This record gives sequence, structure tokens and C-alpha cells, in this order.
Amino acid sequence: MNAIDLTLLAAGAAEAPTGVSLMWLVIAIPLASAAVLLLAGRVADAWGHLLGVAASAAAFVVAAWAFFELLGREAGERSFNLGLFDWITGDEFSLQAGLRIDQLSISFVLLVTFVGTLIHIYSVAYMSHDKDRRRFFAYLNLFVAAMLLLVLGNSYLVLFVGWEGVGLASYLLIGFWNYRTDYAVAAKKAFVANRVGDVGLLIAMMTMFAHFGSLSFDDVFAQAGAAKVSVLTVIGLALLLAACGKSAQFPLQSWLGDAMAGPTPVSALIHAATMVTAGVYLVVRSGPIYSHTPNARLAVLVVGAITLLYGAIVGCAKDDMKKALAASTMSQIGYMMLAAGLGPIGAAFAIMHLLTHGFFKAGLFLGAGSVMHAMQDQVNMRRFGGLATAMRVTWITMLLGWLAILGIPPFSGFWSKDKIIEEAFIGEGWQPWVFGLVAMLGAGITAFYMSRLFFMVFHGQARWTDDQHPHEAPALMTVPMAILALGSVALGGILSLVGFAEWLKPVTQAFTEVEEQEPVLPVIVITLTTLVLVLAGAALAWVRFGSREAKVPILPPPAGALVKAAREDLFQDTANDVFLVRPGQAAVKGLTVLDTNVVDGAVRGIGWLVQTAGEKVRRWQNGYVRSYAATMLAGVILLAAIVLAVRL
Amino acid sequence: MSVTAYLVLACVLFAIGGTTVLVRRNSIVVFMGIELMLNAANLAFLAFSRMWGTLDGQLAAFFVMVVAAAEVVVGLAIIVSLFRTRRTVSVDDESLLRH
Amino acid sequence: MNDVAILAASVNASMTTAEQFLFWIVAPIVVLAAGALLISKRAVVTACSVMVTMVGLAFLYVGLDAPFLGVVQVVVYTGAIMMLFVFVLMLVGVDISDSFVETIRGQRWIGVMLGAGLLAVLVAAALRATLPTFKGPDNFNLNLLDRYEAGWSEASAAYQTVSEYSNPTGVATILFRDYPFTLVVTGCLLIIAAMGAVVLTHRDRLTKSIRQGDLAALRIKHGVQVTPPPSPGVYARHNAADVPAVDPDGRIIETSVASVLRMRGQMARLTGVAQDLLPGDVPPAHRAIGAPELPEVPDGAPAAGDGSEPDSPPPAEPEGGEAK
Repeated sequence: MNAIDLTLLAAGAAEAPTGVSLMWLVIAIPLASAAVLLLAGRVADAWGHLLGVAASAAAFVVAAWAFFELLGREAGERSFNLGLFDWITGDEFSLQAGLRIDQLSISFVLLVTFVGTLIHIYSVAYMSHDKDRRRFFAYLNLFVAAMLLLVLGNSYLVLFVGWEGVGLASYLLIGFWNYRTDYAVAAKKAFVANRVGDVGLLIAMMTMFAHFGSLSFDDVFAQAGAAKVSVLTVIGLALLLAACGKSAQFPLQSWLGDAMAGPTPVSALIHAATMVTAGVYLVVRSGPIYSHTPNARLAVLVVGAITLLYGAIVGCAKDDMKKALAASTMSQIGYMMLAAGLGPIGAAFAIMHLLTHGFFKAGLFLGAGSVMHAMQDQVNMRRFGGLATAMRVTWITMLLGWLAILGIPPFSGFWSKDKIIEEAFIGEGWQPWVFGLVAMLGAGITAFYMSRLFFMVFHGQARWTDDQHPHEAPALMTVPMAILALGSVALGGILSLVGFAEWLKPVTQAFTEVEEQEPVLPVIVITLTTLVLVLAGAALAWVRFGSREAKVPILPPPAGALVKAAREDLFQDTANDVFLVRPGQAAVKGLTVLDTNVVDGAVRGIGWLVQTAGEKVRRWQNGYVRSYAATMLAGVILLAAIVLAVRL
Repeated sequence: MSVTAYLVLACVLFAIGGTTVLVRRNSIVVFMGIELMLNAANLAFLAFSRMWGTLDGQLAAFFVMVVAAAEVVVGLAIIVSLFRTRRTVSVDDESLLRH
Repeated sequence: MNDVAILAASVNASMTTAEQFLFWIVAPIVVLAAGALLISKRAVVTACSVMVTMVGLAFLYVGLDAPFLGVVQVVVYTGAIMMLFVFVLMLVGVDISDSFVETIRGQRWIGVMLGAGLLAVLVAAALRATLPTFKGPDNFNLNLLDRYEAGWSEASAAYQTVSEYSNPTGVATILFRDYPFTLVVTGCLLIIAAMGAVVLTHRDRLTKSIRQGDLAALRIKHGVQVTPPPSPGVYARHNAADVPAVDPDGRIIETSVASVLRMRGQMARLTGVAQDLLPGDVPPAHRAIGAPELPEVPDGAPAAGDGSEPDSPPPAEPEGGEAK
């Protein structure tokens, strides 16, 4: 155990520098802005979007300030516990709500605020024709505030508040155009799937409270080493369930595709860069717990691997551009989960991939939005083609993002994804082979479907309908895309050069010392094989979709069973329906019947009983004196008999 | 034993009077049944008075008789009044409290 | 209890033979009569059987050393109360009889069962009680409490037994000495009862009552005789109700005698009451209107037949006699 880290993490003894102590502003400013925008109403329509952008930018400024202060410190002194107020005070359980500013959380905060601000600026132009633009910005700010609360919280309970907040914001934003029923249904689906995951988080919190007596990170992690493995496994699995819900991992991934019903900036910010990565954050943050339970770690690995392949296979068959990108997100987060399950070193790479993915995926989404803007909100890729000449800037930014996600060196994706594949090959027994090969295969399939997307949209023959006149997007849209593209190019390299894993080490390796291991295959073999697979995938896609001779049918052609299944999201919705929705509805129906007949029946039965009894007793009131006399006599006899029995 | 004999006789008379009240429909006969019950009580009083050797029981019987007389007066006045208005002495016909 | 032991020690344990005789003869009669009350259809029969019961009970009271109450039972209960019942029965209809068809469902069986149940409970209570043994007739004391305090032997000396006090005197002593308030209250009760009876049987007039003035007006209107009919009897001679009055002319006035007597032919002749007013002296023209024709009486012969003539209804009034 690192004694130094323990005491520092536990006590937060170091004096917090100014920027760090002002970190609560990054939550407060967007939250206040959201409140103002929502409450001010139509009055704020003229300047609402500017306030939203300003709030997000202000949050970024404060975050950057704190980041530079952290940079100026020693490696072991970069963790601060900023207590805000006493939230729960009780005999058995008391909690101080506060923020924890350390390397992990500041990385997230920077990602969220930077990418978030760029997307805010993009949205000013993208939503310029929408009369509800002010409300959109209010929700975006609300989302930013909740996400920052999630990553900055110093206890699971504060994290949970942020968790729920982003779920709410996601719901509000997916269903932003709620006059379309299918969009509203998609929002509900997302919320419900998230809710299922929340159950996991609640169970984990309750177990933690029962066994550790506290929910704050410091207490839990300090006691995790001494707890029983079975308890930790339960917590780990429950947290994994929560992460699956939020990050759209198998088996709770069905909502992500439908979530594309929201406006494209929403898809970019929430469903690519930030919210869906909250699950990864949760797993990485709970590293001390996972490091002691091999079973839960294995579960994380399996989930990551399955989702990785799932997203890739589904992405190959999607004709909706945004849904293909959503499948891609799912798959990349599968990579992150896989990495997080590999232990502290893998967790660092998971975060690195998360950061780079945030940039290039957001860039891809913003580009998609630009294409949609140009093609009058069309999303069917079979109707695109040959847009490279019509939309140069978009083409370039998406090209860079595409190369990054493929993992072509020296772009960002190479540095993070390759490292993950390498890490997957580390271990004992069957695990490194299985997970490593899965990761490599996934890389190949990713290359194929991402290339398919790129070529179908920008290359090949133009398959537009007659009324389409594609044009480039306005500057407010292209500048953020360009900045993100820069990130796609450079971020990976920069992070690797400055030693991002080293930077995160005090967090990920706080409670466990891990020695470096070698992968079962030589590193160079892994790298080359991956590269070959990637290039093969891209070439295949070029031949099928991108080259001038490629015939891309307008209607989806008949295809084999796997493709058909992939078009149907590998029947996940059907499975959900059969296993969850139908039984749920049947249960509700049964409960309703129970409620009406048994519960209400009991209540009505009491009334009926009283009424019937009264009806019967009423017969005695027949008005005849003799009848009444008989009753009186009966009473007298009864009393006399009782007295007789008792006394004599 | 002897007191018991008188008591049993009183009980029998009381029971007969009570049954009369329940079974007969003519209100005057019902009233007579009530008088019979009072007499049975008197008999019991006197038997007990004899048993204790005091005259308090006889005094109680005396009062019972006085009150019975007053009661008969008023009761028969009621019956007469009812008869005048309704031309019937059946107790079943005085059933205005019927539901 | 000391007292009970003393009581037990000093008395005979059971009834004397005479008393037993009395009891076992009278008791069945009483019960049978009470049964008749229950069973008989006609109301008057029930009243009579109740009277038999009352009298039987009076016998038993006397046998129980309560002669005063026995007499009061006969006088008050049988003589006053049952008579009241009979009066009301007369008012209601002497020959009414109850139909024995039961109108309330099950009432008869419930009634009989409850009666039997009541009997069972009471007899059970009576039989299960342990009673101090019966006292003989000579040991009545006026004050049980005093006897407790003074002890038995002193008590018999200190207090006169009933052989010195007669039963009515004893009862009166206790009544006025120990229970005066009860007596007063009972008096109030009786007054209220009497008032109640008056109030309850009071009949409000529904129609206007016809007074003398109205009657007179009616008579004038219809042209009948306005004045009351003349009183019977001859002034200063005879005032029996069957003697007709005589008008100044010596003729008898038919209407002075009640029409019932007239119809029955019991109106007296004047020959028997006022010799000097025989109608022979009165010229026929002055005879009263409607007076019967009397047979011619020969001169010098004494008046024949006073009241022995066969009766005949008075002839119809001749139309307008000569008036002088």
C-alpha cells in the first residue's frame, strides 16, 4: 500500500489552491444558467444561447485553472477533497457532500467542458431554425452540470445525484422534439434502460453501506482491502450493471440506437463523448474494489468483449448514418470496458481511449450533423455518396476522425486502442488469447464498417435525390469540427508523450501495486497484425462502397442471415421484449387484477359485508312489539345464564 | 326446600307470563301476562321475606302492588286511547316503527 | 354466618303439614289458570282465569304469613285491577276472540322456546341457590339489622315478635318508620297515574257541541214545542213519574209522562190519585187534547176501575179542538 497516498486521499490534508477550491463553480455556473434559461421563458429567446455558451466556457476556464494548479504539484499531492456541506447527519450514517478533485476527475472535467463548449457553439448554428433553441441550451447546461457533478463527486451518493441528473438530461434531450411520438418513445426507452442500470448502483451503494458503513470514496476504498471477496464481488457486479445501463453495454444497449432521435449535437455530446462514458468512469473509479475480485473483473471483461463485437457487427448493417455511429460508440466503449477490466494499467488506457474517443467521435457526429444539415436532415446513407467535393471542410474533418478511429498511426486512436489490444494480451491461461483476439478482430471489423460509412457518404457515385443541393456548413459549425479534428489527430500522441498513464497512476494504482507484464504475443506482432486487419477492412469497404465502380443499391439488398440479424440489432429489442417487457406487462396486469380484486375487493368487501350485515339485521326492526319483546327476553336469558354459569 | 317450592312456582308463573307477552296478539291479554309476572315477583318476595323472618319483603311486595295498580291504570288508558283511534287492540297493528 | 346458624337452630326446617297441603292444592290450580291465560282464545275467559290465579295467589300469601298482603291482593288486584281489565274488554268488545294464526314468522316458536329457556334459567338459579332454612311463623322480627347487632337471644327479648304485632301493624310500622320517603313518592306516582289516565283518554271534540241556545233555535226553526214538556204528577197531590199532569181544565196532559210509560200503558189514571179531578166533571170540550174517551159513568155509582182498563194507545190528536 502506498502510505503517502492513503493519508492524502483520506484526509485531503493538502491546502487546496484557489482554482481547485473554486471548482464548485464548474457545477454551479451551468446549473444557474440552466435555471435562468428555463425560468426566464420566451423573454430569453434572443440571448439564451449566448448565455448557455458562456456558462459552458466559464466552466472550462475554471477547470483549466484548476488543472494547471494540479500540474504544478507533486505527483502524490494532486488529490483534494473539497467539502461543500453536511448533507446527511445521522447516528448510523452521515455524509458530507463534496467534490474530489484529482487527476482522474480533472481529466474528465476538461473533456466535458472543452468538448461541451465546442458543441454548444456548434449548436448555436445547428439549432438556429428551431424555436426552442433556448430550451435546448438550458438542457445542455443542465447536462453539463450533472455530468460534472458525477465525475467530481467525492462519494457514491453524490455521484449518484449526477448519475440521475445526466439520465434526466438525456431523456429531455433525446425527446427534445417530443411532438414526434417515436422520439418520445425513444427517450422513454433510454430512461428505462438507464433505470435498470440504476438498480445496480443502488444495490451496490446499499451493500457498501451495510458492510463499510459509509459511501464516500475514501472510506470505501480504505476498507475494500479487508472486506470479504463475496461482498466485493456483489458490489462489483452491481456497479457493472449500472455501468452497462449508462454506457449502453450488453445487455442494456438497446437504447443507444434509438437515442439518435435527438438532435445531432445531443448525440455528439451525450451519446458519444460524455454520458456514455460515465459507466467507464464508475468502473475505473471503483478500481480498488475491482482489484480484489477477479470474478467481477472477469465479468467486466466479458461484457466489454461482447459489446465490442456486438457494436461492430451491428454497425456493418446500418444504413442510418447516426445509428452506425451509435453502434460504433457502443463498440468503442466496449473497448474501454475491456481495458478497465484488465486492471489498473488497463484502466489508464481506458481513460486515454475515452479522451481520444471523445474528440474523434464528437467530431464524427458533428460532421454527420453537418451532412444532415446539407442534405435536409436526411440520414439514409444510401442516398448520399460523392459528397467529398460538395463539402470540403466536413470531408476533411471526418476523414481525420475516420483515420483516428481506425487506429492508423500516428492519429489518436492508434495510441490508445492499440495499447488496449496489447493489454488484452496480458494475463494467464485462456484469458489473454480470447480477449486479445477478440479485440483485434473487433479492430478489423471497426475498420470495415467505419470505412463503409465514410465511403458511402463521401465517395462513390452521388445517389442524391433530385431536390438535394448540398452545401458546406456555416463557420459556427465548421470551426468546432475543425478543432475536434485537430484533437483527433494530435491528442493521442500528446497524451502518450506526456505519459498519461503515469499521470493517472496515483489514482488507478492507489491501493494496489501492479508490476508491468509482458503480453503473450510480442508487441510488434500485435501491432502489425492489427494494422494489417485494419487496412484489409478499409480496402474491402473501398471496393464495395467507395470506388467509382461500386454499386451501392438505393434499397437495402437481400442478404444473409447474419446481415439480416445485424439490421435487426441482433434481435436485442426482441429479446428485451420477450424477456422483460412482456413479463413486466403481464406482471403489471396481474398486479392490477390483484389490486382491483383483492385489495380493492377487500375494501369493497368490507363495505359489502357491513351492508349485508346491516341488511340482515334490519329485518329485526320489523316494528312489532312482540318481536322486540322476544329480543329483550333473549338478552335477559343470556345474561342470566352467564351469571349462573359464573357465580353459582 | 319449602322456599324453593315457592320459588319454583314463582318462576313458572313468571315464565308463563313472559310467554304470554311474546305469543299473544291481543294487547289486553299481553297486559294480563305482565300482571302475572308482577305477581310471580310478589310471591318470590314473600317467600324470601318469610325465609329471613323480616317484613321488608312484604313491604316490597306491597309497593309492587301499588305500582302495578298505577301502571295498569295508565296502560289501560293507553289501550283505550289506541282503540278509539285505530279500532283495534292487536299489538301487531301498532307497528309504525316498521322499516 | 352466626346469624344463619342461630336461625337454623331455632326453627323447624320445613313447612308444616297444613301449609304443604295448602301449597300443593293451590299451586296446580294457579298454574293451570295461568296456562289458560296463555291458551284460550276469548279474552274474557283469559280475564277470568287470571282472576282465579290472583285469588289462588292470595291464598298462598296468607299461607306465607302475609295475611295483610293476601287481602290487599284480593282487593287491589282482583277487585280493582282485573275489573279495570274487564271494563276495557267491555269497551273493546266482549266477544272478540284472537285468531291463533301467527303473523310474525316464527314468533310462536321463538316465544315458546324463549319462555322455556327463561323457565330453565330461573329454575336453575332457584335450585342451585343455597338458602338458609325456612323460618317458622313465630319468629318474625321487624328489624333484621338490629337483630344482627343485638344477638339472637337479646333480639327476641328486645324486639317483639310478630305474635305481639299483628301483620298489618308490623307492615305499617316498617312502612312509616323506615320507608316514609318511598311512601310519599308512591303517592306522587299514584296521582300522576290518575292524571295520566285522564289525559290519555281525553277526547277532543271534533264537532261543535250543541248547547241550549242552539237547541232552542232549532226547535223554533222546526216549529216543535219550544218549552220543555210539563213535569209529571199532580201539583200538591202526587208526583210519581207515571201520574200525568192535569191542565187547569182538569184534563190530563199526555206529554208529562214519559213516552215509554205511555207506550207500555203504565200511565196512571187520575181516578186513583185525584178523585176530585175526574174528567167526568169536565165538559168534553175542555178535555185535554188527545185524552182518551172515558166510558160514561152512571150517576151515583162509585168511580169504576182505577187503572184497570186495558191500555190503548192514545188516539191521534183531533184537528184543532174548539177553543173556548
